[in-house]
Amino acid sequence: MISDPPATSKTTLVRWRALYSQMRAELVMTLRRGESIILTIGIPIAILIFFSTVKVLPTGETSPIAFLTPGVLALAIMSTSMVSLGISTGFERSNGVLKRLGSTPLGRPSLLAAKIQAILVIEILQVVLLSIVGLALGWQLKTASGIVLGIALALLATTAFSGIGLALAGTLSAETNLAAANGLYLVLLLLGGMVIPLSSLPSGLRIFSELLPAAALSQGLHYALGTSSGVPLHDWIVLAFWAVIAPTLAALSFKFE
Amino acid sequence: MYAVELADLHIAYGKKIAVSGVSFTADFGTTVAILGPNGAGKTSTIETLEGYRRPNKGLVRVLGFDPVKDHRSLVRHIGVMLQNGGIYPSMTPKEAVRLFASYYDEAIDPATLLETVALDRVASTSWRKLSGGERQRLSLALALVGKPRVVFLDEPTAGVDPEGRIAIRQVINTLVSEGACVILTTHEIEEAERLADKVIIINEGHKIAEGSPWELREQATAWGKGIRIQVKGDLDTEIASAHLGIQMENIGNNSYYMHTEPNPEFILSLAQWLAQQGITLSSLETGPASLEEAYINLTWRKDDDL
Repeated sequence: MISDPPATSKTTLVRWRALYSQMRAELVMTLRRGESIILTIGIPIAILIFFSTVKVLPTGETSPIAFLTPGVLALAIMSTSMVSLGISTGFERSNGVLKRLGSTPLGRPSLLAAKIQAILVIEILQVVLLSIVGLALGWQLKTASGIVLGIALALLATTAFSGIGLALAGTLSAETNLAAANGLYLVLLLLGGMVIPLSSLPSGLRIFSELLPAAALSQGLHYALGTSSGVPLHDWIVLAFWAVIAPTLAALSFKFE
Repeated sequence: MYAVELADLHIAYGKKIAVSGVSFTADFGTTVAILGPNGAGKTSTIETLEGYRRPNKGLVRVLGFDPVKDHRSLVRHIGVMLQNGGIYPSMTPKEAVRLFASYYDEAIDPATLLETVALDRVASTSWRKLSGGERQRLSLALALVGKPRVVFLDEPTAGVDPEGRIAIRQVINTLVSEGACVILTTHEIEEAERLADKVIIINEGHKIAEGSPWELREQATAWGKGIRIQVKGDLDTEIASAHLGIQMENIGNNSYYMHTEPNPEFILSLAQWLAQQGITLSSLETGPASLEEAYINLTWRKDDDL
């Protein structure tokens, strides 16, 4: 039997190098997928510009841009962590990439870590771009402390949405997963208070919507970035619930082949 | 220590039995080919060695490791080529080889490796645009990049053009001459014959023969080192046997087999007798059957037993 060297500084170094290379590869491949860039950056910016210029949204006394900026940030986070991650992982599963990686020393924890890091880099890019566009269109950040709350909400939501995306990707065929992820995106876009205010929904539907992670994130961001009051406990609870349930479900059900 | 050791392997998917009681060993510096028709259990066997499947029963050791339990240690020393690529479609060979090189403690220089598998000219073309043969060679390169001691290749030359096959064979030969053990599956007899030091023939989950290609030919041909002829015209085996003083069998397709040493005197008397009978000789062969005949004979004999 080959004696395996104990975890020396060299193997640790190799592990970090592998993780970094994998993260870079994930990032490069995401940026190469045109449809993914349209979904994660193009659509949110288009919605932000369109609905703040064409004033058709029932935003009440709030100006459209003040309502839209937090909503579109929520949409951007959902697009990356649920739809983009889910669809790409689904295809990697169906074309055998995940299986092939299973017989390399990369390991599943490092693969997952690399994917998470790549998502966070894209989200930072999205938030910066959308904030610039928002500010240019007249959006104002109410309090600096809102940024800290916003980051906490975004991280929690990323965990929840990644779990949902991976739960679908790990069980459905690539094509069904593609349809399911896009369908879910549309439903959550409409019911998530991202573009259409929750107050416009019929009360039954609204109660249902408020239990979904999309509405919890968008409402949370509206409070964190748009008001000086804190984020309602209700939104934290809903997001935390999904952030625990969805990844657990994904981990339990995920099939690598 | 054997590079690979498999004893009494049993794999079932639900009620369907895929592999039943297969055993073999493989040494360093040798190539072992698992040969069999589609659905024989080749991929199930090789994927068990790679640690993808947990056997229902049996002992599995690769480099002394249990492929499932010691997976993390094992993967650092093995190279794997799956039947269906498993490569990111948007990646170029250069990117893929570099990425995979980063996973291992010690790796072959990516540029050198791409030259070895003759992909240097398409190093910057995305996988999607590569030909079938180029994809197979990239997959092979990724199996080799971590300087493995045992390499598993599932149908490495399937769908590869003749030039690509030569390149793949050369790479495998070099690898083996450097002391690695190569386990490959194939359903093509010619591939097994060209590449392997040892061939394991499996059919319907059972090992039906094992040996060097030469040994298998001798083992499998029921007729040993006799003479085979193919003729045009009617030939009565009983009359022929009596006249020539040997035993002649009709083996179908106007072909006959004679249980005798192929010495020149006998061939002369055979030719004379055929001439007297007005029978034209269209072919005459001596020596063991080809591996192909051996293979067909073995897989048929298996069917007869059932």
